Amino acid sequence: MNQGEQVKVLGLWGSPFSKRVEMVLKLKGIPYEYIEEDVYGNKSPMLLKYNPIHKKVPVLVHNGRSIAESLVIVEYIEDTWKTSQTILPQDPYERAMARFWAKYVDEKVMVAIWKACWGPRSEREKETKEAYEGLKYLEKELGDKHFFGGETIGFVDIAADFIGYWLGIVQEASGVTIMTAEEFPNLQRWSKDFIDNNFVKEVLPPKHELAALFKAQFGSVTSD
Amino acid sequence: MAERSETEEVKLLGMWASPFSRRIEIALTLKGVAYEFSEQDITNKSSLLLQLNPVYKMIPVLVHNGKPISESLVILEYIDDTWRNNPILPQDPCERATARFWAKLIDQQICVAAMKVVGKVGEERDAAVEAARDLLMFLEKELVGKDFFGGRSLGFVDIVATLVAFWLMRTEDLLGVKVVPVELFPEIHRWVKNLLGNDVIKKCTPPEDEHLAYIRARMDKLNIKSA
Repeated sequence: MNQGEQVKVLGLWGSPFSKRVEMVLKLKGIPYEYIEEDVYGNKSPMLLKYNPIHKKVPVLVHNGRSIAESLVIVEYIEDTWKTSQTILPQDPYERAMARFWAKYVDEKVMVAIWKACWGPRSEREKETKEAYEGLKYLEKELGDKHFFGGETIGFVDIAADFIGYWLGIVQEASGVTIMTAEEFPNLQRWSKDFIDNNFVKEVLPPKHELAALFKAQFGSVTSD
Repeated sequence: MAERSETEEVKLLGMWASPFSRRIEIALTLKGVAYEFSEQDITNKSSLLLQLNPVYKMIPVLVHNGKPISESLVILEYIDDTWRNNPILPQDPCERATARFWAKLIDQQICVAAMKVVGKVGEERDAAVEAARDLLMFLEKELVGKDFFGGRSLGFVDIVATLVAFWLMRTEDLLGVKVVPVELFPEIHRWVKNLLGNDVIKKCTPPEDEHLAYIRARMDKLNIKSA
């Protein structure tokens, strides 16, 4: 890395989107300055300057230029720092498959899980079914591979960080069970290996803190 | 012209009136890639479509040498990665990231906001129109001083944004509400004129009369009042 190269991450301690970016920077050995943003309270002038459209985290600031949207940031990191640890495959078809599954996790599976746990009660059964089906596709796609990326962590593993770590905690706190070890043995195995990775472990928010956050949220939800 | 072996097989499962399908045709045509088009009946999905895209069961699906790829933005990037002539995405990583950002905004937010205008009346419609316009204003500002989103020539964002030019803006007349009036969006209107001056765009856009008739028929079927 060049002298004077400045990488900043504006993030939120409990956010899987924010953590995706940190995981990739760690995996690729790129030093960065982390700035915790009070996204739900007082958005900083820096956040409003660097992400005026969505006003959300994560935002990556590299030598003064900003990039928003976690998976767009991950691809930017991959395009910019050519390290031996690559996140996306070289082959165009394999790359397309990685992008496809990452998009599927981001836009379908995570959304369905969110709605199943946090959505209006009337919708939860339908959303739980959708989340279950989505996870089944991922279970099949993973198969007996070590990671979605093969032998090493890749784009889809990073995109699926919520499933690997957050989901278990959310299920416990909400009482909504979508993914069980019996029905999803591949994903269960994968999640253990994923969170055991040294670089991933380093950035994951502490379990007890996340559990407390979710219990506080669900405390008000389960009473209806 | 890209050089490829004789056994190269490119097939596109698409639908003539779909903006997502047309994007792929634009990209393939820009790169001079010969392909076989297979028109799909999305109201009665073929077993081939269901086999090639079991997850979403939607068009477009690109099949290259027997391997299927779905999701239009994923397909566009695949085309750019595979046929390296006439690049669609910029080379610079920051510009690439910006292009991907705009594409996401168009598909996940502008498209959704535009759909929310359909079938609404009165105050509800006004609010939906305002929400769509707020998002479109970002595109408006992005076009200042540029012929296309891609700069001097067509790029990734232009291809994705044809959804705005030839679907959202064409539906306005039928909806009876100008979501993108020229007084508020002079840059977008100028950009649409630039698009219409491009041969590939002209070739790959559904003919206006047929397109409007199709949209009108669909609105009638869904009991949506058309102007």
